[in-house]
Amino acid sequence: MYRIGVIGDRDSILGFRALGLDVFPVNEPSETAETLRRLGREGYGVVYITEQAAAPVMDVIDEFSEKMHPAVILIPGIRGNPGIGMLNVRKSVEKAVGADIIFRDEK
Amino acid sequence: MALLQVNPTRMELARLKKRLQVARRGHKLLKDKRDELMKKFLDIVRKNKELREQVEAMLMKAYGSFLMARAVMSNEVLEEALMFPKQSVSLEISTKNIMSVKVPEFHFRVENNDASNIYPYGFANTSAELDEAIGTLAEAQLLMLELAQAEKSAQMLAMEIERTRRRVNALEYFLIPQLEETIKYITMKLDENERGNLTRLMKVKDMMLEQAHHFREKQKAKE
Repeated sequence: MYRIGVIGDRDSILGFRALGLDVFPVNEPSETAETLRRLGREGYGVVYITEQAAAPVMDVIDEFSEKMHPAVILIPGIRGNPGIGMLNVRKSVEKAVGADIIFRDEK
Repeated sequence: MALLQVNPTRMELARLKKRLQVARRGHKLLKDKRDELMKKFLDIVRKNKELREQVEAMLMKAYGSFLMARAVMSNEVLEEALMFPKQSVSLEISTKNIMSVKVPEFHFRVENNDASNIYPYGFANTSAELDEAIGTLAEAQLLMLELAQAEKSAQMLAMEIERTRRRVNALEYFLIPQLEETIKYITMKLDENERGNLTRLMKVKDMMLEQAHHFREKQKAKE
């Protein structure tokens, strides 16, 4: 049995608490990294993290990319959407195919 | 292309030929695997992109309502309203095997006594915008989970494809040419030995005949 966690700034993630997800408000990148690692150990299956919070700790997120869980998924935060999440999708396409063939018509 | 350090013997030749055969078969299999993985990957990543667009749009909408709710309600009331969720969510993970890459499959279960009422607060002290925000989030939740599954699968497949491609290339552009060249080298060396041996034998035969019959002396005597 796994749980679902949400990491990000308080304003963005508060709403998820009403849905029964576990929310972890963070302010500092070090806090984010620590929380992320803790959730990784504690049997979280999916961790949503706002793009703002995720940006400085991408290396920690990459630690989980080989593992089955948790799946660390970026979501936009309340202060807009810098597009890192989409960029990640594009990156995995580039990694697999060698060239970006899904997004190229949008540039 | 660098040759392998081997002794040019028949034993070695037979061994290398066997290795080349295995390498060729491996190369073909890996190539097929790569192609099939790529097909699956492209399906998943397209879905991933679509889901991400949907989820991002929905979340932005929810955040909009949430901001409004924040503006019209005091912080304490908002915190209080959301403090005790009515439903709890738990997640089951099973694994799916795509071309021997294990990817997760998420099934989640919402524990809620009354599905029509997900709002964990009374309506007296809260604004309608909050209801809207929570409602949109609840709608987005299922999509978010699907997104998580698609994105994780895409990531894992991408890694596997990269690895497979490396191996295919290593076989195609390094190991197989190397083996071929070494085999060619040994064959030529063996052929050369064979020819050397043949001429030596002919020479020896000449010398033995000469010793036995003294052709040359007889020739001289005739003259």
